[in-house]
Amino acid sequence: MPASRTASRLGLRFFAVGYLSMLLLIPVGMIFYRAFEHGAGAAWAAVTTPEALHAFYLTILIAAIAVSANTIFGVGCALLLVRTKFRGKALINAAIDLPFAISPVVIGLSLYLLYGREGWFGGWLLDNGIQVLFSLPGMVLATIFVSLPFVVREVVPVLHEIGDEQEQAAQTLGANWWQTFRRITLPAIRWGVAYGVVLATARALGEFGAVAVVSGRVVGQTETAPLWVWREFGQFNLTGAYTASLVLAMLAIGTLLAMNAFKRKEA
Amino acid sequence: MTSVAGTRAAAPPRLARWPRLGRAALGRGLVTAYLSLIVLIPIAALVAKSTGGGLDAFWTSLTSPLAVSALKLILVVSVIVVVINVITGTAIAWVLVRDSFPGKRILNSVIDLPFALPTVVAGITLLALYGTASPVGIDVAFTRAAVVLALLFVTLPFVVRSVQPVLLELDREMEEAAASLGAGPLTTFRRVILPNLTPAILAGAALAFARAMGEFGSLVLLSGNLPKTQVPSLLIFAQIESGNTTGAAALSVTLLLIALVVLLLIGRLTHWSLRHAR
Amino acid sequence: MGISVKGASKKFGDFVALEDISIEVPDGSLTALLGPSGSGKSTLLRVIAGLEQPDAGRIVISDRDTTDVPVQDRGVGFVFQHYAAFKHMTVKNNIAFGLSIRKRPRKEIDTRVRELLQLVHLDGFADRYPSQLSGGQRQRMALARALAVEPEVLLLDEPFGALDANVRKELRVWLRRLHEEVHVTTIFVTHDQEEAMDVAEQIVVMNEGRIEQTGAPRDLYDHPSTEFVMGFVGPVNRRGALFIRPHDLEILQVPAVEAEEAMIERIVHLGFEARVELLLADGEQLWAQMTLAEAELMELAAGQIVYARPRHAKVFEPSGASRTEELAAA
Repeated sequence: MPASRTASRLGLRFFAVGYLSMLLLIPVGMIFYRAFEHGAGAAWAAVTTPEALHAFYLTILIAAIAVSANTIFGVGCALLLVRTKFRGKALINAAIDLPFAISPVVIGLSLYLLYGREGWFGGWLLDNGIQVLFSLPGMVLATIFVSLPFVVREVVPVLHEIGDEQEQAAQTLGANWWQTFRRITLPAIRWGVAYGVVLATARALGEFGAVAVVSGRVVGQTETAPLWVWREFGQFNLTGAYTASLVLAMLAIGTLLAMNAFKRKEA
Repeated sequence: MTSVAGTRAAAPPRLARWPRLGRAALGRGLVTAYLSLIVLIPIAALVAKSTGGGLDAFWTSLTSPLAVSALKLILVVSVIVVVINVITGTAIAWVLVRDSFPGKRILNSVIDLPFALPTVVAGITLLALYGTASPVGIDVAFTRAAVVLALLFVTLPFVVRSVQPVLLELDREMEEAAASLGAGPLTTFRRVILPNLTPAILAGAALAFARAMGEFGSLVLLSGNLPKTQVPSLLIFAQIESGNTTGAAALSVTLLLIALVVLLLIGRLTHWSLRHAR
Repeated sequence: MGISVKGASKKFGDFVALEDISIEVPDGSLTALLGPSGSGKSTLLRVIAGLEQPDAGRIVISDRDTTDVPVQDRGVGFVFQHYAAFKHMTVKNNIAFGLSIRKRPRKEIDTRVRELLQLVHLDGFADRYPSQLSGGQRQRMALARALAVEPEVLLLDEPFGALDANVRKELRVWLRRLHEEVHVTTIFVTHDQEEAMDVAEQIVVMNEGRIEQTGAPRDLYDHPSTEFVMGFVGPVNRRGALFIRPHDLEILQVPAVEAEEAMIERIVHLGFEARVELLLADGEQLWAQMTLAEAELMELAAGQIVYARPRHAKVFEPSGASRTEELAAA
């Protein structure tokens, strides 16, 4: 018995590690190899062209705006869902999860239709000189859409867990709504918020499908880093594509490290 | 003592409560407005566009050979991907919770990499190893196998992350009780552990399915833009590029409906199995 | 002065938590709200604090009608059952919270916190976090935090509910002493009749959202006005219409007037006292409480036939009136 159990345990372990290696570890490792295949100098040169730098700048700018908006919304919405009762709560709850169920391309298309010349909003906005599609606002809207659920979904369970007794105690001691939020609630949920922000940032930095549709992909203007990688790869600038991928992968790995740190703080 | 009479009927207006009510109402209004602007109105615009030419037009664009083959492909591939995920995901979660070996913690954090990695990078990553210039001699680029591979990559964390916490919380005494009653390891797994994991496995599977149905970024490079590997998301993109937004909207709405129905069904199923596990 | 609740009612959906409740809590007194879970006692406390709004009725604290005053401005100190310690703040900052909200000068806050730490015997714990304290210490910190703002009334919700039996008894004595020192009007909620009897000067017994009886501990025990109170504040035997405390059941070895024949089923030794379990001829069971010495003197043993007679018993009339029958004297 013990011998066969050890054997099955080892078998399972090798299966799991093998599967993860083949699917995840070795492919990601390959990025490192491919990026530096022609030396570090070539890699550096490939991702420091003005277009590449602009793409990275744009990606970071969009992520910063989208994540800030979703963080404020997320904390407020979580408070509303957990701490108050109202009709239509289930509906709001369901709507928050929608972005998880929708293809990024479909998200892009829905914004494309709404803000296009023929769209409900697009015509009026264009007449008033506001260009949403093929420019920054559209890309930001798309990124907000795809990264919307993360902060809410991380903060809701934390709010449930801490309960409202501490908040009530603060009120009996004379704290008003804002004082209670800033001095009691916010410190209690801070790691949950941080975790949600990290997840939302990772999603925002990597967004591809929705932005590919609404940006128009104007080189050097509305091209984000993932879009740049795609175009460069298609034009056989492999070193550039791999190096930029490496940078994005490093950001992803940084995200993982941050997630682990926050998870431990939260526990 | 005080002179205030305790009246039961017709309580006076509670002015002190007004600010609180006002704040909650304001919060509700803002949240609803944000959700509407970002999510609901765009989707409404999509639905309106898809049915704008009447149901006949909707049906015609949906039954075009390209759309039909794309939908068939994604359904078959997603089912395959979910089945593989259920097995490997449960096994990985098991190893991460119950086994111990050097490097386990690193392995555990790496699981989330597909969530954090941009999808285009995921595609390039897989192409680097399993593409035309594969150093290991496996070339699946531009085949249906590549689609399966990409979807396996991006959906990897769902089942693992959903099963892991349940397995961690699972009462070991239950297994010991089963063993003391004469159940072997396999019987214990099948009759004691698996029923407890089922809701989590289903929940993970549903999320993985929804994700697989809509995946785009990791496929643009791997699929090679060929008809045989054209899943709905790729077809929608191509239709937008060529100006056929009505067809794209029809296919989008269909994709959305399938994802919602699957999530709803699995939600029900999870609810049901949870109730029966208690 | 003190607290008075006038005709307070509160419903949660269909559930009636409070039904036309009126109580008077004298200034400076220590009052217990006693009742089983779901009796409405915690809801009443929260209504007084302003954490719940009553559907009807008025709350008057120190001659001020506070029914419509928000919780922040009511001047109540509230201690929660699970302490509601601010986990991310040190003990010192927990206690200082109310004062810093009121923007008191730093120096005054420091002095006050030091005094309070001494009062609740937590000197030396100022810089710890709640997670580094024991349950009893956390409870005392919560009390100091509530007292820091010099509330007009102190409200405690099951203050000892989450503690071990030993710590609980210790804290009861301590709370009574503290009350003698601070003398703030205090109401505490409990489901433990022994705790209420031990600590409170006045007890309000609640059941199903209504007040059953209000009185001093001794009164409630000796002169319960309802069956519920009789059963809730102490053990009771029921024989027909008679309610008999086990220590009022006399055991005789020879037949006597009003005495019923019974067989001793079992004698349970509980240290100082003994519980004698009796089986009557009609199959009903009673039990008598006596000292172990008494039981041994009478050489009581299981299987023996004895005669049981109530010294006195309570009778509750359907009209709601009650009377005491002095049976042994007859």
